[in-house]
Amino acid sequence: MNIPYTVETRPDTGLANGKLGIWLFLASEVMLFGALFSSYIILRMGSVEWPHGELNVWLGAANTVILISSSVTMVMAWASLKLNDHGKHRLYLILTFVLAAFFLVNKYFEYSGHLTRGEGPWHSTFLAIYFTLTGLHGLHIVGGMIVMGYFIGPGAKMWKTKPEQFTNRIEYTGLYWHFVDLVWIFLFPVLYLL
Amino acid sequence: MHSDAAEIKKSVRTYMMVGAALLVFTAITVAVNQIHLAIPLAITVALMIATLKASMVAAVFMHLSHEKRWIYWALLLTAAFFVVLLSVPLLTVSNTIGKPIHAPSAAAVAEH
Repeated sequence: MNIPYTVETRPDTGLANGKLGIWLFLASEVMLFGALFSSYIILRMGSVEWPHGELNVWLGAANTVILISSSVTMVMAWASLKLNDHGKHRLYLILTFVLAAFFLVNKYFEYSGHLTRGEGPWHSTFLAIYFTLTGLHGLHIVGGMIVMGYFIGPGAKMWKTKPEQFTNRIEYTGLYWHFVDLVWIFLFPVLYLL
Repeated sequence: MHSDAAEIKKSVRTYMMVGAALLVFTAITVAVNQIHLAIPLAITVALMIATLKASMVAAVFMHLSHEKRWIYWALLLTAAFFVVLLSVPLLTVSNTIGKPIHAPSAAAVAEH
């Protein structure tokens, strides 16, 4: 049985089901991160003092550059499919995957630096919310990498049988990935600079 | 199909330009941080640049500049609830804004 509206648009919404689905999922993600940003505001407003300069700004900035670059390669992976160039698509998707891995390696060095100094989440309110926010964001990076890994590996064969559906899948993966980038765009100044 | 390909090629140029602009704004954010502005001003500037960057990602990379009505409505509803969510801290501390919350002194704890 074929799943309806994977490629063709529904007459009532004007969208393929996957597109509306991923946007509703992202809406729920906005609320998830929103709750944590809200907690951050409560903790910060309730603190007598808030630490500055505890995090390495350059590592944070490097990760911002990495994620922005990965957003560009991700959108290029989708655009290449639209231009019927599967080879280029693969290259861009693998590049996005590698950039995501760089982000996590960077984060690993940051985390291990803190932990070896005994600065775990238990150390202060700031570090508790720092590890919570960046930990959840890091899990989203891992989630994105699993999906990208699938489309680089076993999921890639769909391009031969259902190219339009495959292109849509990459578009939805991209929407998720850009959202993960977007969250980091706020996390960087909030945690590293302010 | 031909015009579709031309359209995508045009978009690719936009993606590259937006990517470059995002990197420039990141550099500006870090540079502004190096001049150590007063905290309220630093927060305002950093969040304004972050909002601008996020809008560019959403509008161009996520194609929100030309999406269908259903997605706009879903996001409008999300934005409304998001604002409520971010306002919750204001409600919980509305009578203590500007006053730091001090831990009870050891003597006060001992009395109880």
